[in-house]
Formats: sequence, structure tokens, C-alpha cells
Amino acid sequence: MDLQTTIYIGVGLSFALYIGIAIWARAGSTSEFYAAGGSVHPVTNGMATAADWMSAASFISMAGLISNMGYGGGLFLMGWTGGYVLLAMLLAPYLRKFGKFTVPQFIGDRFYSKSASMVAVICLLTASITYIIGQMTGVGVAFSRFLGVSSEVGIYVGMGIVFLYAVFGGMKGITYTQVAQYIVLILAYTVPAIFISLQLTGMPLPQLGLGSNMVGTDVSLLSKLDMVVTDLGFGQYTTTTAGSTLNMFVYTLSLMIGTAGLPHVIMRFFTVPTVKDARSSAGWALVFIAILYTTAPAVAAMAKLNLHGTVNTAVVTGGDLYAEESSIKAEDRPDWMKRWEKTGLLKFEDKNGDGRIQYYNDKTKSEEAAAKAEAAGWKGNELTVNADIIVLANPEIALLPNWVIALVAAGGLAAALSTAAGLLMAISSAVSHDLIKNIFVPDISEKNELLAGKIAMAVAIVISGWLGLNPPGFAAGTVALAFGIAASSLFPAIMMGIFSKKMNKEGAIAGMLAGLAVTLFYVFAHKGIFFVKGTEFVDMIGGANSFFGITPEAFGAIGALVNFIVAFLVDKVTKEPPEHIQHMVEAVRIPRGSKAVDGAH
Amino acid sequence: MEKGNSGYWQATLGLLTKILIVWFVVSFGAGILFADALNSIKLGGYPLGFWFAQQGSIYVFIVLIFYYAKKMGDIDRQFDVHED
Repeated sequence: MDLQTTIYIGVGLSFALYIGIAIWARAGSTSEFYAAGGSVHPVTNGMATAADWMSAASFISMAGLISNMGYGGGLFLMGWTGGYVLLAMLLAPYLRKFGKFTVPQFIGDRFYSKSASMVAVICLLTASITYIIGQMTGVGVAFSRFLGVSSEVGIYVGMGIVFLYAVFGGMKGITYTQVAQYIVLILAYTVPAIFISLQLTGMPLPQLGLGSNMVGTDVSLLSKLDMVVTDLGFGQYTTTTAGSTLNMFVYTLSLMIGTAGLPHVIMRFFTVPTVKDARSSAGWALVFIAILYTTAPAVAAMAKLNLHGTVNTAVVTGGDLYAEESSIKAEDRPDWMKRWEKTGLLKFEDKNGDGRIQYYNDKTKSEEAAAKAEAAGWKGNELTVNADIIVLANPEIALLPNWVIALVAAGGLAAALSTAAGLLMAISSAVSHDLIKNIFVPDISEKNELLAGKIAMAVAIVISGWLGLNPPGFAAGTVALAFGIAASSLFPAIMMGIFSKKMNKEGAIAGMLAGLAVTLFYVFAHKGIFFVKGTEFVDMIGGANSFFGITPEAFGAIGALVNFIVAFLVDKVTKEPPEHIQHMVEAVRIPRGSKAVDGAH
Repeated sequence: MEKGNSGYWQATLGLLTKILIVWFVVSFGAGILFADALNSIKLGGYPLGFWFAQQGSIYVFIVLIFYYAKKMGDIDRQFDVHED
């Protein structure tokens, strides 16, 4: 069976499975639609949270970015897992005890103000839609390669499929669908990694393989990689940081508090039966997430070594990387490169006209590497590889069997679709429940509320799909922006709502608005107003990364700090919250008396 | 509010502080600020600072959450505020 047919069958079967589950578990009441009736076991919930969480950014994009960044890529690994510690300890159990469906509901009730709830809805929508743009980029990459279509068509197909099961399934459908998706995506990620780890190091566990010696030598894989990349003029793999140490620090912090502030993840903890389960559920989620996250750095390093080994035979033999015959002839390049060239995400251009592919860093700061390239007659780097294709192309680069490639295709789509669906639930409940029911039309019927939620989903899909056609960066980078937005707006408000009895509505509202505004200002300056290309105003703020060299993706931590400070100052000069609110905070802090989530008011 | 509850909250905050210190030391400390210094130590083929940034801190995070869940369960019972 040829590769394309195998991929169609693999992807088709996985979709049939998800849609089957969604129909089987179709939601009846609003309570089931949003919170699966509060009846999900912590391990099941953990697995579903993991699928919800691990998006196109984690699955498709992250290892590629680590591959490019080296050591500095660790900020995604630490940031996107360390947030769960914060979530488990600072938010999840208390929000579960509070016992409502949504984040804006908590903020509205705790800060006794519909305006606070409105502001929370705005923050939630901004973060979620930015996040979905990243998913749509990933879906576009995956479909374009595996269906052999352009990435635009890939995005349209993805929009249709996300819409179908998010709208018909609801949360319960999504919970069980996501368990299935988790299994598909984790197999898809680990199986090729195990194969490749065995090929390179003889060690089946990629987590150990990354720290092992190359097969038949006493050189460790990482020091081999370090030698190859530095010789070709790239930064040393195991020590290159992401910008400055300060930037890496705040970037990691942004991702961590953003994780704890993302509404679609927080919502997960409303669906467990008890406060006790909310605590351990975050731990289970992290276990399932860690399986992928500890494999990713191995995938990143091994794919990088394999990629260099593919185009330069001296990588494997240990000979001179700059010898003429070391670079492979363009006509002999493997089929997988030709396949990816069709998507436009991998490009080869013979700059020195020698019919061979030279892949190196032509902007190197290493004089030695520059001199060697000059002497070898290299006229610039001839191969461009989009970071988003590394994971998807990984099994092809390592020449693994077709069924593994098909599995990865199904896994990548599962990752993107499951997260997009979870985010759409958050958007839908924010609009239908928090805006329409609680603020504008309190006497809306349950049926119309569901309908409004579905319309909100459809609108969100169209907007994010449209922006996904013109994304502000790689999938993981775009997603990082969403974390910055969540970190700077929602996390501080929720945390102060629990940990400070005296925080009042004026403080919380001012804090959220200030955090969101300052973060969006910095992000839009770099990426365009609402990510529309051509509206960047980076010169106005003194050039790119002008705030202590901090990149816009890393700015959420600064936004959060602004949020805390503004909230604290405003709180000092306005009057303290009413007595019953302070009692409510005390009640939220203790587990006893928790009730099942309840939609009625 | 009864006296027991403020003791409960103090105990909770004490536990959170301890865990957050470990959380900070493994990720921001060993993984970022002191990564260069730790890289001179090797863990198999891994430079240690690199290992903390790309592997180690994740394992520690998992342990921290389950430790927290267990200890909070103990504190809940000690102050008699656990769920039935």
C-alpha cells in the first residue's frame, strides 16, 4: 500500500472513532454540555485535560522549536509543565469548591460586579482566540502535507471538522473524545521517537537515549550534535539560551502563569466530583503531559542530527563536513524532502550552482566556520526548513515505515482538533452563559442558551481560521502569546480573589484591564494590531524587544506584575469588599461542603 | 469564623510556600540561572543544567503535585474540614 493511502486510512479511522464517541455521548442538558454533569474520574479527567492541553503547539511545533533553539527551548518544557504546579495549588481546588461553570462567573461573583465579569469575558475571548489561531496554523500544516493540499485548504478542512464535533458533542462528548485523542496522539509521538532512539543510541526510551552514547561509539549523542552544529556555524546545542537569561526567565514565568490562567484548562477542574479530586487531577494531567514533554527534547535533538545527517554524509561518517562530496547531490535528495517542498514549508535553492545541498548557518558569528564555508565555495545556506514540520517529517527523515507516518498524521490532527474544541467550549460558555444569560438576557431559555453557545463557536472558528491563514508566527510562538494574555489578565485576578479577602472589585477590574492593555500594547507593537499584518508599530516603542530585550511572547509575566501592582494600589484607595464576600472567600478556602457544579442561580 | 479555620489557612500557606521554593529552585534556579555552572557536571550524556531545563524539572513538578495533594489531605483531616 502506498504512503498516501495509508495516511488516508489512518486519519480516516481516527476521525471515525472521535465522531462515533461524540455522537454516542451527545449532551442533553446545559449542565452536561458544559461540565459533563460533574461526574468525571480524576484519571480520566487528567487524560482528557492532557489532550485538551497538548495542542498543535505541543505536538507539531514545540520539538521543532527546541530543535532550532537548543537548550533555550527548555523554556517551553518548563513553562508548560510548571504551570500545573501553580494550577493545582493556587487555583483548581478553590475554583472547584466555588462550584460554578466558568471563570467569568467566579470573577463576577467574587468581585460582586457584572463589570468585573464582563472584563473577564473580554480577557478570556482575547486569550482563547489567539490560542486557536495557533491551532489553525498547525492544522493547516498537518492537512497540507497529509492530504497533499495547500495550507489554506488545510485550514478550511480543519475548520469544518472542529466545528462538527465541538458543536454536536459538548463537553461530555469532548471529555471522552479527548481520552481517545490522547491515546492516539501519545502513541503517535512516542512510537517514532522510540524507533529513532533505538536507531541512534540503541536505547528504547528516548528520555534515556538523549543522554546516551551514539551506537557503536563512546561519544554521547548531545556532544556529537554539539560538534556538528558548531562546526557548521550554529550555536552550541546544549548551551544556547533564548535571547538573554532574563528573557528566558520571564518567558518561562509567563508560560507558567499563563497555563494556570487559561480558561479552557481551568474549566477542566470544574468537572471532577470533589475538591480532593481537583488537586490530584492536575497531577494526573501532568503525568500524561510529561510523557510527551520529556520525549520532545529527544525528538528535537535526534531530528536535528538526522536532518544534518541526511544532507551531509560526513555527519554519520565523522569526516570533513566541508568536503565537496559530503554534501549530498540535489538529485539524490530523499523523497520526503520533495514531498515537503510541495507544501512550501521546506525549500531548497542551489545558490552556488554545484548541484549539491549545503545546509549551514551563513550568518554565523564563528570566524572559523565562516572561513571554512568560504574556502569550500559555499555561497549561502541552501536549505530552509520550517520549524513546524520537524515532528511531522521526523519519521520520514528517519525512514520509518509508512504506518508510523500515518500514525503521526492522525496524532497531529488529534492534538490540534482536541485543543481547538476545548477552547471553543470556553468561548461558547463565556458568550452564552456569562454574557448573554448573566448580563443581557437573564430569562433566556436553556435551548436558546445552547444555540447561542453554538453560534459563538461558529463565529470564533471563522475568525480564528481567517487569522490562521496569516498567522503571526509559528504555532508554538502564537500560542505563547495567548499564554501571555492569560497570564497578565486572568491569573492575577483569580489568585487575588482566593488569597486576598480584602481585594475589591475596583482593584480587580483595574488590574485586569491594566495587565491586558500593557501586554496587548507590547504584543501588537510587534505583531500588528489584532495580528493584522502591516499594522505593527514597533518603531514607536523604540524598536523590537525594546523593554530590556524581552520578546513579546515573554511579556505576559511583566503584564501580570503590572496587574498585581495596579490592583493592589487601587484596592488601597477604595473601600473594602462587603462582609458577605469576605465570608464567601473563607468558605471557598476549605473543602468541606463542596457541591456538584450547578448551573442554576 | 471559628479559630480552627485560620490555623487551617496558615498550615495551607506554609505548605504552599515550601512547595513553591522547590518549584522555583529546580526550574528557574537549576534550569536557568545556574544552568551554566551545573553543565560542568555530567549525568550520563547530559550536562546537568541542560537536563534540569529539558527533563529534570518536569519530573520534580509531578512529584510536587502529588506530594501537595497528599499533604493537603492530611491538613484537611487535622483541622476537620475534609469532605465526607
